Parts: sequence; structure tokens; C-alpha cells
Amino acid sequence: MLDTVLKGKQGYWGWLIFLLAIMGVGLGCYLYQFQEGLRITGMSRDVSWGFYIAQFTYLVGVAASGVMVVLPYYLHDYKAFGRITILGEFLAIAAVTMCILFIFVDLGNPVRIMNVLLYPTPNSILFWDMIVLNGYLLLNLFIGWNVLSAERKGTHYPSWVKVLIYISIPWAFSIHTVTAFLYAGLPGRHYWLSAILAARFLASAFCSGPALLLLLCLIVRKVSKFDPGKEQIRTLGGIIAYAMLLNVFFFILELFTAFYSQIPGHMHSFQFLFSGLEGHGRLAPWMWTAAGFAFVAVLLLVIPATRRKEDTLAIACVSVIIATWIDKGLGLVIGGFTPNPFGRVTDYWPTTPEILITLGVWATGFFILTVLYKMAVSIKEEVGA
Amino acid sequence: MYDGGKIIAGLIIGIGLLMSPFFYNAGKAAKAPERVLTEKAKQAKECILDKAQMTASHFKLLDEWRHTVVRDGQRYYKRADGKVLYKSLQVTCMDCHSNKANFCDQCHNYMAVTPYCWDCHIAPEEKK
Amino acid sequence: MGIDRRAFLKIAGLSTILGLGGKAAFDILAPGELEASTNAASPGAGKRWAMAIDARLVDDKVISEATSACHRHHNVPDLDSAKEEIKWIWEEDYEHSFPGHQHEFVSDDIKHAKFLLLCNHCSNPPCCRVCPTKATWQRADGIVMMDPHRCIGCRFCMAACPFGARSFNWGDPRRVTRVPELVAKNQGFPYNKDYPTRAKGVVEKCTFCVDLLEKGEQPLCMTAANKVKKGSFTFGDLSDPESPIRSLLRKRYSLRRKFELGTNPNVFYLI
Repeated sequence: MLDTVLKGKQGYWGWLIFLLAIMGVGLGCYLYQFQEGLRITGMSRDVSWGFYIAQFTYLVGVAASGVMVVLPYYLHDYKAFGRITILGEFLAIAAVTMCILFIFVDLGNPVRIMNVLLYPTPNSILFWDMIVLNGYLLLNLFIGWNVLSAERKGTHYPSWVKVLIYISIPWAFSIHTVTAFLYAGLPGRHYWLSAILAARFLASAFCSGPALLLLLCLIVRKVSKFDPGKEQIRTLGGIIAYAMLLNVFFFILELFTAFYSQIPGHMHSFQFLFSGLEGHGRLAPWMWTAAGFAFVAVLLLVIPATRRKEDTLAIACVSVIIATWIDKGLGLVIGGFTPNPFGRVTDYWPTTPEILITLGVWATGFFILTVLYKMAVSIKEEVGA
Repeated sequence: MYDGGKIIAGLIIGIGLLMSPFFYNAGKAAKAPERVLTEKAKQAKECILDKAQMTASHFKLLDEWRHTVVRDGQRYYKRADGKVLYKSLQVTCMDCHSNKANFCDQCHNYMAVTPYCWDCHIAPEEKK
Repeated sequence: MGIDRRAFLKIAGLSTILGLGGKAAFDILAPGELEASTNAASPGAGKRWAMAIDARLVDDKVISEATSACHRHHNVPDLDSAKEEIKWIWEEDYEHSFPGHQHEFVSDDIKHAKFLLLCNHCSNPPCCRVCPTKATWQRADGIVMMDPHRCIGCRFCMAACPFGARSFNWGDPRRVTRVPELVAKNQGFPYNKDYPTRAKGVVEKCTFCVDLLEKGEQPLCMTAANKVKKGSFTFGDLSDPESPIRSLLRKRYSLRRKFELGTNPNVFYLI
């Protein structure tokens, strides 16, 4: 199947080389970080996780969202999604790989990463996160590869793959639940210490992931002879609409609890994020931008006419991605660490090398995604021809 | 076989590259370094275990020590002859073997091992 | 001992492969000899070490002596940066030691009191709960220990600690001997040649001077503080009803930081 990856048009190679170049820059910066330590990042004693862990959290959501095309097809026999389950699974592979890389680049002592296996510690949520993420990666690799190669041969995939598919469905929910538990069980971090955090994570995952998938479908249609399908895109639009509404609803629940109860600790992070605290308000414009895009997205998704038109649906998807990325990939981690345990505010902003390493990891993910999608699309074209 | 010639040529180049360090170093065997003892170490005569065991397994002993000291709070070790030692690389071992460059590094370099002990533990000051 | 050294190494090696801890190796080697060769088999089992700090007696001199005794013994560098700062024990005002407790009418002596903060060695420590490698754990005597040999630097413990007691080595701490701007502030670093520094990428914090306790000595901050103001620090075993710290806590009203979180801190502030 890898043979399909080696044959492509100029645009394909150009895009891969472009990604490789960014990966190279990211790797160079990582080597610098490996030498100097994490002091080259903007993180500090007070904001001790930053951009890396935030990207990780966001991407776990993208990975989990693959289930939004797998579940309707396999559990509800919604045939239309049979065409694009592979795209969901391959997106999950790329996203989980990025997750693992983001954890890796965040470690102070990456050479000791195997200590997590050498000294297994079931009381640590990070231990379970390691298990569910790696498990999800393997599941999607096995499933995606077998289903696609069966499709190419015109046969039915082996029955044991079906078992893996059924396992992968609750597993997808588990990866984001466990990731939420990393945060939601920490005493004294009010922004995270919320029973609805896992649900909020899942809701934001199930709108942002499918939104990305939908955009990818549109790109695939443009650059290849394989059409993911009108009905498929329309159904995805519906899923995104429901999930985005839930996501916004859950966020409003958080706001209500904090501001109606008037408990200072519960309000502080929100105040910091949206209006600034003790003169530190760098995130406020970002958070309001997120709110603006969320509003646009909800509007475009709720109104049937704009949801059903692919142009406006695409704009809605871009808005969903921007809003959820700022919320989870920026606000969640920084807001959770602010104010610090002493009630003080320490600024955090990623440094240039930190951003370049982050871009490098994203480029690696998109490289994997491109190669996998190239494979899937070539085979779909081959079978369809 | 398609492209047989290319594959074989590629294999030869690949294996050649892989073997290049061997060709480069052929006939230039480095001499094993000699153990250098300080006066204090010579006078002590006894180390923790006997000489052969120390040479072969000192790292296992040190690993055992750091584990039992840091994690189990067992800070003393009773030697075969009954002498009790304070289990510490930095305080006990390096007291006798204060010549880290000759005693530790020389052999570690020869064996191409780079233990990270000294990232944290402080080596005794040596006169150059 | 009824076993030769070669056998020791075999047993030690085997037990390492089998994943047994060091103690197990000793047990196989010479049952009963363990206590003889160490002075702390299961260190301080049944004890619960705690510290009481008298806020009325803490002044600038107590603070500087206690902090420098600790930081010099444990080779804690001065990195001259709030972001990268490493601290095992440090000064803080009332408002920020007990956030949420202050109000506009709090008494003047409390409002201006200075507090010395350190790891609370909680009885129910969240940091140990979250560590994925057991690099930080609670000993039988309640001390929350840190194994810098094992720490992978994930900083989950820092997110879990509600007291900001943990510091991370964002860079190599030994750069204070190389970087010109830092050299002056760290003359003589590493100060204690019998104690290690840390390396970049690991978390560190107060250990209640576990190395000294095991020699039968007392924590250094306390010794130094009491030299300046007798009775400003009291250290002892809470499980012993007759211990000085227990009788002190019976007599004086004490505060603990963020007790409502249920971590059960073992550092008490006498008001």
C-alpha cells in the first residue's frame, strides 16, 4: 500500500518538502532545548505547563473525534460514512502521534521516558493516559490499515478487525476523559477542578475534530478524484452543530457556577482570561476573539440555510477550529495556572523556539496525515476507477 | 528481480557505510587504561567488595546504594569484615578515590560509557 | 555475614532483574542483619514528622538565617529570576501565604507578619498521587521525598501541589558558576561539597532534612532559626502525644495553609 505514497503530483511533493522544512526547523530548536533545558520556553515556576501541553490537550480531542464517523457507521449502520471512516481513523493516527510528541518535548528528562513503563504507577493519571493514547494509536493503525487493504483487494476485512473497531469506539471517549482527569483531579486549581471538564473536553473535541475532518474532506475533493460525498459532509455539519452547541452550553454552565456563587477562587481564572487580573490581561483579546468566532460558528451552524451550504459551512468549521483552539490550546492551561497558589499572577507567553518546536510537531502530524490520506485517496480512486 | 543492479549497488554502499568505523579504526586498538589509585586508596587496601567485583560490578553496587539510601532511608552498609560504611558516592567512595579523572573517567572513556552521576554529584577537586 | 560478596552481587543482580527493590535484596542476603547494617529499616515507621513555626517570633534575621542555612546545605542556587527561581524555604506575607483569608480589618501584627513557607509534607499528598514514576512518594514517617534519579520532569507534581512548594530545574543549576551575571551571587557554589546539586529537568523541594534526621539531627532551618530566636521553630513527631510539638499545638492556636483542600499539611503556623 505504501507504493501509492511514492507516486504523486508536484503539489504533493512540494507540500511534503514544505512540511519537512518546518520539521527540520522544529528539530533544530528541539536540539537547542534538549541542550539548554526547558528554560528556553516561556514556562515558569508558576505556569509550569504551557503551549506544549495545551496543544497536546487540543489534539487528544481531534484524535478522539474520529469516533464521530466510526460510531454512526458501525453502531447505527449509517452507510454513507463508510466512505470516510478511513479519513477519520487516519486523522486520529496523525493527531495521537502529535499528542505523544508534545508530551515528549515537554519532558524535562526525555531520556528517562521509559521510567513510566519501568515503574508503572496506576495511581497516576498520566500512566493511564500513556496507556489509552498508545492503545488508541495502535487500534487505529491496525483498523485503518486492514480495512483499507481489504478495500483495495476487493475483499472483506478479517472479522477480528471488527472486534477492534468495537473496542475503539469507547476507547476514543476514554482518551479524552482520561486527559480531562489529568486536570480535573488537582486540588487548588479551580479552573480545572470541575466535574464537567471531561464532558466539556468531549464536546469541544466532537466539534473541533469533525470540523477539521470536514475541511480535509473538502480539500480531498479538490485535489483528487475521490469525492467524500455531499451527504457525508452535510451529516458532519449536523454533528459539528450539536457538539458546538453543547460545548458552548457547558462553558456557560461553568460561568454560571463561578459568577452566581461569587466564590472568588472560582471566578479568578475567568476574570484573568477575559478581563485580566492585577494588570495582567494579555489573554483577554484572545479569549474575546474565541468568543466572537464561537458566536459566528454557532450562528452559521444553527441556521439551516448556512449549515447546508458548503461555503458557509466551511466558514463555520474554520470558526469552530479557531474558537476551540484558543479555548483549549491557550486559555485552558494558562488560565488553570493563574492565579498561582499564592494568588499572584505570572505572565506566560511562548517564546520563539517554543513556537517553532510546536510548529515542528504540527508539521510532523500533517506530514503523517498527508501521507496517510494520499494512500487512502489513491486507493479510493483506484477502486472507484 | 526488478532493478536488481540498483538494489545490489545500494546494499553494498549501505553495508560499506555501516562498516566504515571498523575500517577506519582497523589496526589501531586503543590500549586499556591502567587503574590509578591514590595514596589513600592504596593504604586502605580494602574497598567495599574485593577488587575484581568492584571492577566488574561497581555500578550495580552504586545503583543498589542510591536506591536503598534515597528510597528506603538505609544509609549504612556493613562490609565483609564488619566495618560499617556510609553509603555515599560523593562522601565515601570519592574520599579514597579522589582522582576522578584517572580513576573513573579514563576507564569510562575507554568503555565509551557516560554515567550521569556527575551531573548532580560533586566530584572532588583535583590538582592538575 | 553468612554469605560471600559474590553471592551478594548475584542476589542483588537477580533481584534487580526481578524488579525487587533494594530492601528485598538485603532480606534475601542476610535476614536479621538488615537492622544491624542500617539505622532505619523502614525509616521512621509510625512517626509523623511535623513543623510548627511561631509567626510572632519570625523576623528578618530568622528568615535570612533559616533560608540561607537550608539553601547552602542543599546547594540551592540563586538564579536571579522569578520564573526560574528554585526555593526550598522562603518568605511570604500573610495575604499570599493564606490567600482568601485576609480581610481589610485583619490585625496589624498579622497583616505585617512574615511567614516562612516550605513543603507541607502533607499526610495526603496530591503530588505523590499524580507522579507517574514514583519519583516522589511518601515515606512511612510521612516525609514526602523526591528521587531526582528517577524524575522524568513531567511537572505533574507542580500542577498538583496547591502550595507552590515545588521548583523545577528549567536549566542546569550549575550554570551559576559559569554565567558571569550569576557568578557573583553564587560565590562558592556548590556550597556543600558533601551534598549533590540537581541536574536540569528535575523537580526539587524541601525534604525535612531527611539525611540529617537519619543521623539523629534536626532540620537545618529550625536549628538556624532557633539560634536567632529560641522557640521560633519546633520540629517533632505528631504521633507521640508527649512530643514538644504536640504540647505546643495544645497550647497555641495554629493555622495551616489551605487545610480545606484535605491534603492535611504538617507545617503549622502559630498565631
